[in-house]
Amino acid sequence: MSYLLRRLGLYAVAGFAALTLNFFLPRFMPGDPAAALFGRFQGRLKPEALEALRQAFGLSGEPLWRQYLTYLSDLTRGELGVSVAYFPEPVAHVIGTGVGWTLLLAGVSVLVAFVLGTGLGIWLAWRRGSFWDSTLPPLLALLGAFPYFWTAMALLFLLGFQMGWFPLRHAHSDHLSPAWTFEFVWDAWLHLILPAFTLVFTTLGGWMLSMRNNMVAELGSDYVKLARAKGLPEGRIMWAYAARNALLPNVTGLGMALGFVVSGALLTEVIFSYPGVGYLMLQAIRAQDYPLMQGLFLMITFAVLLANFLVDLAYQRLDPRTRAE
Amino acid sequence: MTGLWQQLLDNRKSRLGLMLLVAAVGIALVGPFFVADPLAYLAAPHAPPSWKHWLGTTGQGQDVLAQTVVGARPTLLVAFLVGSCSTLVGAGLGLLAGYAKNKTDDLINLLINVFLVMPGLPLAVVIAAYLPAGPVTIALVLIVTGWAWTARVIRSQAYALTDKDFILAAKVIGEPAWRILWVEMLPNMGSLLMSCWIGNTVYAIGAQVGLEFLGLGDVSAVTWGTNLYWATNDSALLLGSWWTFVPTGLSIALTGFSLTLLTFGVDEITNPGLAAESRWRRYLRTKNTPTSPQTPVVRS
Repeated sequence: MSYLLRRLGLYAVAGFAALTLNFFLPRFMPGDPAAALFGRFQGRLKPEALEALRQAFGLSGEPLWRQYLTYLSDLTRGELGVSVAYFPEPVAHVIGTGVGWTLLLAGVSVLVAFVLGTGLGIWLAWRRGSFWDSTLPPLLALLGAFPYFWTAMALLFLLGFQMGWFPLRHAHSDHLSPAWTFEFVWDAWLHLILPAFTLVFTTLGGWMLSMRNNMVAELGSDYVKLARAKGLPEGRIMWAYAARNALLPNVTGLGMALGFVVSGALLTEVIFSYPGVGYLMLQAIRAQDYPLMQGLFLMITFAVLLANFLVDLAYQRLDPRTRAE
Repeated sequence: MTGLWQQLLDNRKSRLGLMLLVAAVGIALVGPFFVADPLAYLAAPHAPPSWKHWLGTTGQGQDVLAQTVVGARPTLLVAFLVGSCSTLVGAGLGLLAGYAKNKTDDLINLLINVFLVMPGLPLAVVIAAYLPAGPVTIALVLIVTGWAWTARVIRSQAYALTDKDFILAAKVIGEPAWRILWVEMLPNMGSLLMSCWIGNTVYAIGAQVGLEFLGLGDVSAVTWGTNLYWATNDSALLLGSWWTFVPTGLSIALTGFSLTLLTFGVDEITNPGLAAESRWRRYLRTKNTPTSPQTPVVRS
């Protein structure tokens, strides 16, 4: 219990730090982005929009602490301001349109990459010194050295534009609207394959390599020797003995890697024009839509913190030591 | 430290890595003197590779080879700068935390964990968007988002070292804390610092290219990131001009790969078990012996 409480405390501090950073960033940055933005939008935006921007940049003239309190109470009601790029949509609503797609893309690819990579790592450690064990790790290390979005570009070019096997952009065909029909789910699945494959492809090597190395270490330990001496079946030694213990560092790594995977997913979405939060972030950067950008930062941070907590829960189930009083 | 260099040159993986890295740095340093002006309009846009333009032209009629070669210098400069600064900041804070072991440690450890758990790219995007676009901004946000991992690793190593006899002896002699940290502890972390530096540099290359690709860099400069930014902006994929993004991507990957190979080498040198394993594997291959899952012991 104390393990989970400590983790929760950390997430609370991290979340609060993100909130506070988000508040102070527009107010204390040099170069006065607010003035530049007002200059750019003068005459093109409705007065209400300018007012919303003024709020976001803390130009309301109120003392700082009062602004901070207003900001916090707005947040508790889920108010993140008004988007400039999608005016007059509120930021929370704009982000809401992208969250589902990113969850789908990032969730599917993390799960597939983790399970597949871990499985491959176990297999390689078991067949240590074989042909695959000496060729796969360096090969995947080379593949992992390409930037995520570059791999996305290359795959989209080869399999999408040249071969025509996969749809080129968006999360579903334009003539379909989201619904729980077979036709739509199939269509969305077709659109998901290539972006998800990109992410799996680039992250697989890391999981595989760390699992293989953990597994090699476990296979050399005394309890595995004892299990062998007892004559236990090989499959049981591999899965119930070595793999189970070797998995623990990889689960910790899963929490650590989530931030990276999310970053990768954001850039991959940009390449595929996949309408998730990464694509929204690109729009926000292009339009210098600061309220949307900051809302996205907050939302993504909280999502990653939550996912980390879920990983902690899983870790606690796997490792009895964390449950000890 | 000289011993480590010799071992790095003796190890097959790190030797290849070092060779690739030296080639990349060499091209970055002298290459720009041998190629055309990367920003000049030289030929028809989206022209495929030819004798005149070995790697074709971009959507703005610029020479792709020139852009790839010229882009290496600023990209690698920022990468090495960020790699070194994050390692320095991380090592400094990590050492301090691991050595102090009290309130200071609690505070720094909390800071480390907070930065580790926050997703790097969105944070970097938000900060970079408010600062003037350019390499200084990119370097700054990458150091802010990149130091924590080093600090974590160095902190735990410092924890392990503080109980060693030579540290206790230094304390008894009355050496000041800064001297214990820099002269007694740091030299014992040479290979660890090296791995951290490599990891940070790899991160810096990837994240830098990513930020510039999103348009947060100086888009009028020539770097590997802006090359890719312009490639997509000029609809390279739609027009099928693969030569506008493949050379830059390969350069990034080869540089990253060379650093990864160096890490493999450092790992094998500092972890004798791994080295024995790779020697064992080569031995098996020469004898064509079937492998067994036992832990190998090779004496040489």
